[in-house]
Amino acid sequence: MGADSTHPAIVAEGLGKRYDLGYTGGSGLLSERLEGVLRHPLRRLRGAPPAASRRDAAEPFWALKDASFEIGRGEAVGLVGRNGAGKTTLLKLISHIARPTLGRVTTYGRSATLLEVGTGFHPELSGRENVFLNGSILGMRRREIAAKFDEIVDFAGVEAFMDTPVKRYSSGMYVRLAFAVAAHLEPDILLIDEVLAVGDAEFQRKCLGTMRDVAGQGRTVIFVSHNLNAVQRLCTRALLIEGGSILRDGRPSEVVAEYLDLVGLEQASGSAEIHADAPRFGTGEVQMRALRMLDRSGGTTTTTYLAEPLTFDVTFEVLDPVDAAVFELGICAADGERICTVQSIDGSREPTPLRPGVHTVRVTIDVTLLPREYVVDVGMHTISGATIDWVERVLRFTALNESAAGDDHYRWPGVRGYVRPVSSWGSPATGGTIADWEAQPPVRRAAV
Amino acid sequence: MSQPIHSELIEVNEPAGRWAWLSLREIWQHRELVYYLARRDVAVRYKQTAVGVLWVVLQPLLLAGVFSVFLGLLTRSIPHEGVPYPAFVLTGMTMWLFLAQALSKISMSTVDNSALIAKIRFPRLVLPLTSVLQPAVDFIVAFLVLIAILVAYGVVPPIRIVLAPAILLLGAATVLGLGVWFAAIAVRYRDVKQIIPFLIQAMVFVTPIIYPLSVVPSHYRILYALNPFVAVLEGFRWVMLPHAPSPGLLLLVSVTMSAILIVTGLLYFARAESRFADII
Repeated sequence: MGADSTHPAIVAEGLGKRYDLGYTGGSGLLSERLEGVLRHPLRRLRGAPPAASRRDAAEPFWALKDASFEIGRGEAVGLVGRNGAGKTTLLKLISHIARPTLGRVTTYGRSATLLEVGTGFHPELSGRENVFLNGSILGMRRREIAAKFDEIVDFAGVEAFMDTPVKRYSSGMYVRLAFAVAAHLEPDILLIDEVLAVGDAEFQRKCLGTMRDVAGQGRTVIFVSHNLNAVQRLCTRALLIEGGSILRDGRPSEVVAEYLDLVGLEQASGSAEIHADAPRFGTGEVQMRALRMLDRSGGTTTTTYLAEPLTFDVTFEVLDPVDAAVFELGICAADGERICTVQSIDGSREPTPLRPGVHTVRVTIDVTLLPREYVVDVGMHTISGATIDWVERVLRFTALNESAAGDDHYRWPGVRGYVRPVSSWGSPATGGTIADWEAQPPVRRAAV
Repeated sequence: MSQPIHSELIEVNEPAGRWAWLSLREIWQHRELVYYLARRDVAVRYKQTAVGVLWVVLQPLLLAGVFSVFLGLLTRSIPHEGVPYPAFVLTGMTMWLFLAQALSKISMSTVDNSALIAKIRFPRLVLPLTSVLQPAVDFIVAFLVLIAILVAYGVVPPIRIVLAPAILLLGAATVLGLGVWFAAIAVRYRDVKQIIPFLIQAMVFVTPIIYPLSVVPSHYRILYALNPFVAVLEGFRWVMLPHAPSPGLLLLVSVTMSAILIVTGLLYFARAESRFADII
């Protein structure tokens, strides 16, 4: 249990990875290259700079630069950073899927990598066949899989369908079975890339639980996620990666704070653009684009008066149509603790079908928040609970200690808690209000 | 240096050297993966199609039928080694279909499994190795049917039929040698997908499938024998048909070509595989 600094699990020394973009771009057809030469034969003859043809085609790109770190056994390390920052590249180097261009990484013990749930699952094969196939792909021995087979099936909750081809599974069953196999790996080092992006809330909870168990058993976990709350809850350490370099290595709360600073989220201006490469997770049919907090006159604000409804405009872009979408907005305390959640289906309202394009939805929340700072999470799910897009800590705002008209305030600003529900106070005897109370005779202590 | 509790395994990931060698030990450690991937291919092949096993048998029969009609009846000049022409051509076709199917499957094995290459760590050679197995299972089924049909034609295979597994092994090695070249090249250039069917079609005419080696003028035979499949086809007919000529010294050329292909193919593959995950 806990980190063991004298026993390293992973040691990286000057690790660097270069990709030659010319090879990865395009369809990789030899004929296409020949065509390029045939179409522009003159360009070469005219003495056009060679950069236009040869150099550009293989422009090097350093996905990871000079990364050095040591991770001890039993540490749970979160990797945070924007899309394309180099997190997956780092995982691929640690897990020996790709070779580094420079430096080296040494791993101590058996490692298992989960870059995707269900790699190698074949739709035509039965659940049972896929468990054995996927298990052996992930590096388990046949005997190991057989020994854990019942546990795996139990974990996935698909006992009745083990002999059904997985193409007939619902996407939820499929993902559960695939994750169940991975969850029963017993590596010394577990490397996980953003697996929480798929599946419903229940599945995500299970994933997190499994990772916590693994870390608790003294094994090492490296975990890439845009779910910053999960990083803070699960990890003992975090690395912030930006532009291929390790920008920060330290306690999760500090690293997450620096990351939020870096990506410019948690805006206090009352209006936040959410960039495409912002830390988000979900299946991606829709992307949140902007969030704005409105005051009573419709202007942008960063404050809300006491007892005034909160109003937000959520702007989002639909990339692929969604049949039944559910909007969600969450208000959290500054430390990330969720205070309340509202969804567009609250009160048995219908989910929303979405067509491609950029749209804005306005949500008004009737809640009185106690005076302090809050942050807002926003996102969207399908009606079955799978997350389409989710962005945390987009906006920061302050609930003030007085009402807009100036007729209400807290006498003690340091009042505890987060919300002030509507309450009434009175006398149980008369049913009157608290103001009538003085007129009542005092209740006498009953005689013995 | 401290030792981990769970395992004493220490692995270093470093830049690839100029030359890479195959780690046979690593492939042996992944034998179960080979088994499950091959099992997947076999299961999928027999599950998806309505006629299943029948298809494996029908393919060589139909092709042999077509060639019998067009070549056996129209041009009666093709010698067929003392057996009815349909029996002759079915023998060649049974082996050829294995080679052709395995070649295209091996050549596309890296691209077809690109998700595995990009996301899982395992010795990449597992993929071409696995790809020989499902066609080999098909071959065994077709082989049994071939024996039955030969007997029906009154052709009793000679005792040297026990050498058939050796010929199958030679065929598998040859096709693997050629296939791993394509499998490695296909990672970078998808053109391989276009080239393979064309190559297979062309090979039908420069390999003794529908005619025996004896048809080829003797002064061209050395050149002809550079095709490594010549030895496989001639060898297979020799073990199957009682009056087929024994493979002469000429076939050493063909076998040497097989050996060169497999050695160079494996070396090239081993060298290229360190970059597969980057460019696939």
